[in-house]
Amino acid sequence: MARDLEKYLRDRPTRFCAGCGHGILLGAILRAIDELGIDIDDMLFVCGIGCAGWIPSPNFNGDSLHTPHGRAIAFATGAKMFNPKLKVMVVSGDGDLMDIGGNHLLHAVWRNIDLTVICANNMLYGMTGGQACMLTPKDAYTQTTTQGNPYYPFKFCEVLAVAGAPYVARYAVTQPFQLIRSIKKALQTTGFTFIEAVSTCPTQFGRRNQLDTPSDMLKFLKEKCITRKKAASLSKEELKGKIVTGEFTDGED
Amino acid sequence: MVLRKSVLLPGTYYFSGNEAIAEGAIAAGCNYYGGYPITPSTEVMERISVRFIDTGGVFMQMEDELGAIGSIIGASWAGAKAMTATSGPGFSLMQESIGYAVMTETPIVVVNVQRAGPSTGQSVRVASGDIMQAKWGSHGDYQIIAFCPWSVQEAYNQTVQAFNLAEKYRVPVFLLTEEAIGHLRERIEVSRNMEIFNRKKKPGAAPFGIEESDGVPPMPTFGEGEKLLITGSTHDEYGIRQVSSPSAQAKLTSRLNNKILNNRDKIIDYEVHYIDDADLLVIAYGFTARSALFAIEELRQRGKRIGMLRLKTLWPFADKTVKDISGKIEKIFVPEMNRGQIAGEVMKYVCGDVVSYSQTNGEVIHPETIVEQIRRLS
Repeated sequence: MARDLEKYLRDRPTRFCAGCGHGILLGAILRAIDELGIDIDDMLFVCGIGCAGWIPSPNFNGDSLHTPHGRAIAFATGAKMFNPKLKVMVVSGDGDLMDIGGNHLLHAVWRNIDLTVICANNMLYGMTGGQACMLTPKDAYTQTTTQGNPYYPFKFCEVLAVAGAPYVARYAVTQPFQLIRSIKKALQTTGFTFIEAVSTCPTQFGRRNQLDTPSDMLKFLKEKCITRKKAASLSKEELKGKIVTGEFTDGED
Repeated sequence: MVLRKSVLLPGTYYFSGNEAIAEGAIAAGCNYYGGYPITPSTEVMERISVRFIDTGGVFMQMEDELGAIGSIIGASWAGAKAMTATSGPGFSLMQESIGYAVMTETPIVVVNVQRAGPSTGQSVRVASGDIMQAKWGSHGDYQIIAFCPWSVQEAYNQTVQAFNLAEKYRVPVFLLTEEAIGHLRERIEVSRNMEIFNRKKKPGAAPFGIEESDGVPPMPTFGEGEKLLITGSTHDEYGIRQVSSPSAQAKLTSRLNNKILNNRDKIIDYEVHYIDDADLLVIAYGFTARSALFAIEELRQRGKRIGMLRLKTLWPFADKTVKDISGKIEKIFVPEMNRGQIAGEVMKYVCGDVVSYSQTNGEVIHPETIVEQIRRLS
């Protein structure tokens, strides 16, 4: 982490594993806030349970609310609705926001609550030892899919865009500049904004899927990620296993 | 305590218990409500949703009870006096976040209009089966405060008290009412002024500190530049997570329990009827206490020396009161619309003869039933 962002951090080390992609996302969020000149004291960071919950809490030097598993958006809704002046950002994991908390996510989109939700997608439940979740890739090995994951990852970005969220995007931590630009755009958009930040988990995902080092995991993401434009030219069969990145809405709907 | 002018014009009103709870909340300064419809509590939410239009509160109908309780905790930290109301199944769903509110010392008021369970049970029928759930429903070992009104007037008054104690002790406070009180219509008096307690503020102070003599730290709000760290994980005075320190766990859980237990004499509320000459004591609460008092007055006319202890708060339990009063009593009779949840608690503190009477058929216990049961005792 570059030292110019230290003013946004509490004076303590992060707890992420070596090679964890969440550090890149942490930096991207702070850079977006810094570049927009937002006072961190005007913000409220809400997070749930899991590795991603540790991105804002306790690292960010602002108000944070670390909630029970799955409930971050519901807690954020209460705080935002009572005090609309708070700039509220939810940062949590795929298991927390989608599997156990999916109903709150859908309702926040439906209500178009003015929140920015950043989903750190590490493709499984990292903190509990690497179990499959809704965003685990098809055929991936996890602690609970030892013969390969039978399901395709759920297309949350696509669903939320269709549901009418004013801004939805998916970028990987291997695309840091797009990620920063996207977070800035989300923070500047009024209404419900959502970014899926595809991250890496060498500790739980990599070691079970022949991606033995952090750099192997990053290379894996680089190979899997394609732009929406590229995706439009591929057949359904060719798209299987790909991670489609880009903006799913342009905010004009 | 500060005096707050009543939002309703002072005077006489004819309310249902649920309507009185909504009005009591508004009188106490409730300005955020997050709820989900459930019989037989829904009228609380309905009335709040209409009344907040005038009083300027924020009303949110959430997607489920998990969302309802979560939103009121979020709102409370944003500075609101926040409430939700529910019944059995919804109360069960809220339990995890109730523990979170205990751990983070978040003032909230949760109304449970109890209905016949378990599970979906009989949604329009009465019970008081959630007394122990209110005390122990969330995991871990903790203290909360629970009121139990016996009339519509008391539902109004106790809702105000519930907010005051939630703010004062930074703890979830329950109004454990019953379907029979929620849907009972009675005349109530609304006074001009209400005594209101607002949370202590002290900029820069540790939000989870321990230097306060009553064990209750001041409570900051989001957006005040306090850089709050709020977490349901074990934490130190400033909210820094301490996930494996035995001393941090011991220190925090001790304070969370002691701030309620050490103040229990100020929290516990009860009243006694005819106990000076009594050799038989009825301990009752909620709707059942109405039937019990009616039965006792009838039996006293026949020369029976019977008294009553009515518990206006159920948690923390009035252990010393029960112990003191029972000293000169031969027998204690505890009628309840559950399988002896408070009778069991009484037995913990009384060595003598405690007789539990349970009725769990979804109906209130009638006075004649109590007369008959007491006759069988002697």
